Amino acid sequence: MTETEVFMQQVIYGLSNGMIIAMVALGYTMVYGIVELINFAHGDVFTLGGFLALTIVGALGAAAVLDPGTLGEGSHWLLLFGLVIGAGLFCGGLNVAIDRIVYKPLRRAPKLTQLVAAIGVSFILVNLALFWGGAPMEVFGGGNAAAASKDFPELLEGSNLLGEESNVVLRLEDLAIFIVTIPLMVGLTLFVKKTRLGRGMRATAQNPIAAKLMGIDTDRVIAATFMIGGFLGGAASVMWSVYNNTISFQMGFRAGMDAFTAAVLGGIGSLPGAMIGGVLIGLIRAMSDQYIETRWTNVVVFGVLILILVFRPSGLLGLKQREKV
Amino acid sequence: MTHSAQGAPLLSVEGLVAGYGSVEVLHEVSLEVREGEIVTLIGGNGAGKSTTLMCISGIVPVRGGEIRFAGERICSAEGGVRADRLVGRGLVQVPEGRRIFPRMTVLENLMMGAYGRDDRDGIARDLEQVYTLFDILRTRSGQLGGTLSGGEQQMLAIGRAILSKPRLLMMDEPSMGIAPLLVARIFEAVRELNRTGLTILLVEQNARAALKLAHRGYVLETGRVILADDASRLLVDPRVREAYLGEA
Repeated sequence: MTETEVFMQQVIYGLSNGMIIAMVALGYTMVYGIVELINFAHGDVFTLGGFLALTIVGALGAAAVLDPGTLGEGSHWLLLFGLVIGAGLFCGGLNVAIDRIVYKPLRRAPKLTQLVAAIGVSFILVNLALFWGGAPMEVFGGGNAAAASKDFPELLEGSNLLGEESNVVLRLEDLAIFIVTIPLMVGLTLFVKKTRLGRGMRATAQNPIAAKLMGIDTDRVIAATFMIGGFLGGAASVMWSVYNNTISFQMGFRAGMDAFTAAVLGGIGSLPGAMIGGVLIGLIRAMSDQYIETRWTNVVVFGVLILILVFRPSGLLGLKQREKV
Repeated sequence: MTHSAQGAPLLSVEGLVAGYGSVEVLHEVSLEVREGEIVTLIGGNGAGKSTTLMCISGIVPVRGGEIRFAGERICSAEGGVRADRLVGRGLVQVPEGRRIFPRMTVLENLMMGAYGRDDRDGIARDLEQVYTLFDILRTRSGQLGGTLSGGEQQMLAIGRAILSKPRLLMMDEPSMGIAPLLVARIFEAVRELNRTGLTILLVEQNARAALKLAHRGYVLETGRVILADDASRLLVDPRVREAYLGEA
């Protein structure tokens, strides 16, 4: 492999992981934008999306899923999209339920109270994942211990998309990530710009009382925000599981940390900021893995975060200050 | 008490009690606005003027008394119509401090006023009315709301409210923090709006300007209405002159 090929390979890794991080980062940034809460449970909602996907795949049966012959041509893509939508709706619904049960009663409480509540929800969800990972997961190996990582079956198999001779490998999984995440991000951007509910979201984020005075049902807008943020996280969890072929009850912790960093890097509250921040964090991770050392990668990522916070606290695309009239 | 002979009561507030936490701000406030009137609510800082408007708009919960709008009870201690539904009925407020959306353009801000409306022709007509009333908004329609001057933001907030198709327009301190020349322009606009048949409830600290504009007025002091009369009489009332017009 030449130097350039090594670099290109890392760019592909970085972009694929970055798109997933960006999807999770959108969930943090949207919720923060509208209720000014860092939803620390978001990473764990992501985890449960992965567990749901594995449970569905398990219910369909190993043979049916792993043997392309049984399901027929193209069916693995259908299964993938089905999982994305299923896990997306599940995580969205879960996110809305968490807001309704835990965050909404605390809306006027001090910020610290809300933050601690979010961390509490995070612990509950992690343990739920631990419990979920116990019994029914033997199908694909991974052992009986609840805490062990579970193998996630390889849904998309195929040769190098850049050709057999190429040293740089572009897997079908890489392509799948772009096929799933790019339309979702474009769709989100159009939704927020063009639809009535999207305009209601922007208004509520900028001035909730004025939004109410415009006749906007802000409770509904907030619920929709949690739904969409959760949906994107759920979709990302399926792509993450398919990409890495493994899930664990802690997967949301790391993904969540990366995504939160990405959201802050891009400027928390900003949708394009979260997207760009996610891709940047993905690329930084890949380059650090290659050119520094894997075990230094977390140090590098958080070092970047600290530098940004010191020199540009509002992030790359963030506002100088939050306007409060 | 006499009043300029105008229509039936559009808004009536009866014995309104409200507050925040353990502090009671309004102690049985009663007032009435009839169809076609400009009514002003004057009083010093902390008298409860803004709280009164926020209760009427359904933002601050009511602890006692009731509010009726167009003959229907919209609010009492047992609950009431939700804030977002009141706008559709024509109860619209231009809030204190303007509360425009800083990261939306002037046009987007105006269209937020029409959030609940589907009548495209009506919206286009009202937009044109706003642009005629405040020409500067047309010029600046593509500019972000946060970049406007205070006076322009006030015009934007009023324009946005007009796009909500109000039957009653409540304005909270439209003159606050604005250059005197623009204050005159805004008060002139209020008069014009009233001439087209719009009913207006105006909260102001600038008592003289408000009383000159209004048909009737209420004086609020520490959460109680202490005077209610025709605006022209309040202007010459010795208590008002001393306390609110800076005259001995």
